Amino acid sequence: MSSQPNCENCPVHHKGNLVRLGIDMDKVDYVVALAGNPNTGKSTVFNNLTGLRQHTGNWPGKTVGRAEGAFSYEDDSYKIVDLPGTYSLLSTSTDEEVARNFILFGRPDVTVIVADATRLERNLNLVLQILEITDRAILCLNLMDEAKRNHVEIDVRELTRELGIPVIPTSARRRDGMDELVAMIAEVASGKYICKPHRVRNHTPQLKHAIDTLSKKLRETYPGLPNAEWVALRLLEGDQSIIEALQNGILDGLVENETPIAI
Amino acid sequence: MTEQNKSKNTEEILGIANNLKWELGMGIHDKIVSSLYADAAQIARKTVSIEGDKPAFSLDRKIDKIVTSRWSGFPIMFVLLAVVFWVTISGANYPSGLLASLLVDTLHPILKSGADSFMPWWLSGLLIDGAYLAMAWVISVMLPPMAIFFPLFTLLEDLGYLPRVAFNMDSLFRKAGAHGKQALTMSMGFGCNAAGVIAARVIDSPRERLIAIITNNFSLCNGRWPTQILIATIFIGGMVSPFWAGLVSTGAVVGVAVLGIAFSLIVSWVLSRSVLKGEASTFSLELPPYRPPRVLQTLYTSLIDRTLFVLWRAVVFAVPAGMVIWLVSNIHIGGVSLAEHFIDWSNPFAVVFGLNGVILLAYIIAIPANEIVIPTILMLTVLVTGMSGVGEGSGVMFELDSITSTENILRAGGWTLLTGINLMLFSLLHNPCSTTIYTIYKETKSAKWTLIATLLPIVLGFVVCFFTAQLWYLFA
Repeated sequence: MSSQPNCENCPVHHKGNLVRLGIDMDKVDYVVALAGNPNTGKSTVFNNLTGLRQHTGNWPGKTVGRAEGAFSYEDDSYKIVDLPGTYSLLSTSTDEEVARNFILFGRPDVTVIVADATRLERNLNLVLQILEITDRAILCLNLMDEAKRNHVEIDVRELTRELGIPVIPTSARRRDGMDELVAMIAEVASGKYICKPHRVRNHTPQLKHAIDTLSKKLRETYPGLPNAEWVALRLLEGDQSIIEALQNGILDGLVENETPIAI
Repeated sequence: MTEQNKSKNTEEILGIANNLKWELGMGIHDKIVSSLYADAAQIARKTVSIEGDKPAFSLDRKIDKIVTSRWSGFPIMFVLLAVVFWVTISGANYPSGLLASLLVDTLHPILKSGADSFMPWWLSGLLIDGAYLAMAWVISVMLPPMAIFFPLFTLLEDLGYLPRVAFNMDSLFRKAGAHGKQALTMSMGFGCNAAGVIAARVIDSPRERLIAIITNNFSLCNGRWPTQILIATIFIGGMVSPFWAGLVSTGAVVGVAVLGIAFSLIVSWVLSRSVLKGEASTFSLELPPYRPPRVLQTLYTSLIDRTLFVLWRAVVFAVPAGMVIWLVSNIHIGGVSLAEHFIDWSNPFAVVFGLNGVILLAYIIAIPANEIVIPTILMLTVLVTGMSGVGEGSGVMFELDSITSTENILRAGGWTLLTGINLMLFSLLHNPCSTTIYTIYKETKSAKWTLIATLLPIVLGFVVCFFTAQLWYLFA
């Protein structure tokens, strides 16, 4: 096995999958995914980052399918993909599958999770699920102005510590915090900021044992798999699409990038 | 590790997973979800604090109690709808007249005499009397109502009112066997049916999505509002004293819009019990917090994204349509123009439905865009009745100085209250415009469903007009 310890850091290591997912990778240094619950202002963040003026509506499900845009910061160019808003990545609606497949197989360099600061607990369910899949994520704690108006206060430092990823408070409608967000995207994308994402701990001992057994086995076969615990959980649930991904080697391709990629 | 080894290991892993699954027993999915929720709750407890004793969003909940209540939800919805139309109707009149006097009364003669000086008569007729006038008419009639209607609608959308509409309508749509989110696509259809058809993507089940696509045409779209408003003002507002006219005609337009919603429900019900059988799927709809809209930005985006976009499309379709109108009324066979041939031939048939040949011809010419129906009807009526002193001659789409002179033309053309009512019904129930038909095809990828979505409303339209006309003839 031609194990390359550095391929994780190479910006093109997952290019093949991104191209397969329909992303035009010409002249792009980093790919940023935008995920989050419906109606948290993802489209507004997207517009602010890209300078596009898609109409943003105040109703869940405004963004159908996937919107793409680009921006550049310092010397690097970024492609940003606005994923459909979902409440979870567990059950299978088309929207959830689009979002999950993109984060899992596309392996964006950074996943920006846009969360509603006024409904943090519910939003955290999705945040934690995303952190099981990827470890390069930023929490964009949006609608801070609304939270302030409703006397909701959030300890951002503590939240950063708990989640193990950078947390940027924003009010995207007023462009507050967008500069900080862009700077943080650059830091995480370039690997200057190393995330240590929170992984779910409150499993029953029995389940914990099952996950440990399975993920150990998975790591033996696929060294470098960043989300072995998550894959183990899906296998225990009998998730058909993950079983297939394992059988036909898509998951494998994610890890080692052995197949040559036509550029 | 070789490929063979790897696939052997993979199978082994899957085997282990299967065994562990049996050991863990049922309900593993629920266990995973509950441990996830436990973690989320733990983190939220540590980081979120709410100041004071008032629970967050207490005002939102109070408003929601009123606007989604069983008793006041629907009345509030209709009143809001009526206010939007009333502001549109009364606000658009003056700027429309201003634009018309500039584009038609002032600019048109200048252009015409300029063109006549170096062009053959037929070319200047085709370009200036056909293409230019059609464009000028569409701009002066459509721009003001759109510039008022779209920002108002967008403000309601940004405020967060649309999900409440969906919430109110949900149980009705579910009883009809359709998806509750169809209320959202229906609301989008009030702006533009093509947009409503695309918005049906938010519905996951293919069966319910098809129902939403097929019934979207029953939402009166922006292209049809001016027709409704004008005809309601002339024939229904004209029946009462001027003081009540505005209110009564607004009521008539809201009535037709509500009738459209009723048709949407009835057709959904029939479809989900016949060709598209199935149960309504459940979904969760989050009622977002009310957000004070940023008025300036809303004005900007709704003007750029919607108003100018729709107007541009209308102009693109109006220019060739204007040429067609000029041609059919200026090409003569046996001394009578093509238009008159068609009108005379189709009139007996149309009268059975309480319409007339002019309306049928206008709808055929206007298939590309609903918004040019009224100008086409006026022009053709003048042509048939041979009225003099209005317009500029054969095949000229013109703007009239006031609603009164429009009324004079229509009454001279043999129009009655029945013609007015049936035109409003027919404008609600007829085939979608070409853009929408094309969008339906792109979204469904099926010629069969596109054909059904196209023909179903027009057949319904003829049936409804037929019965209205027959009842009218019976009692009047």
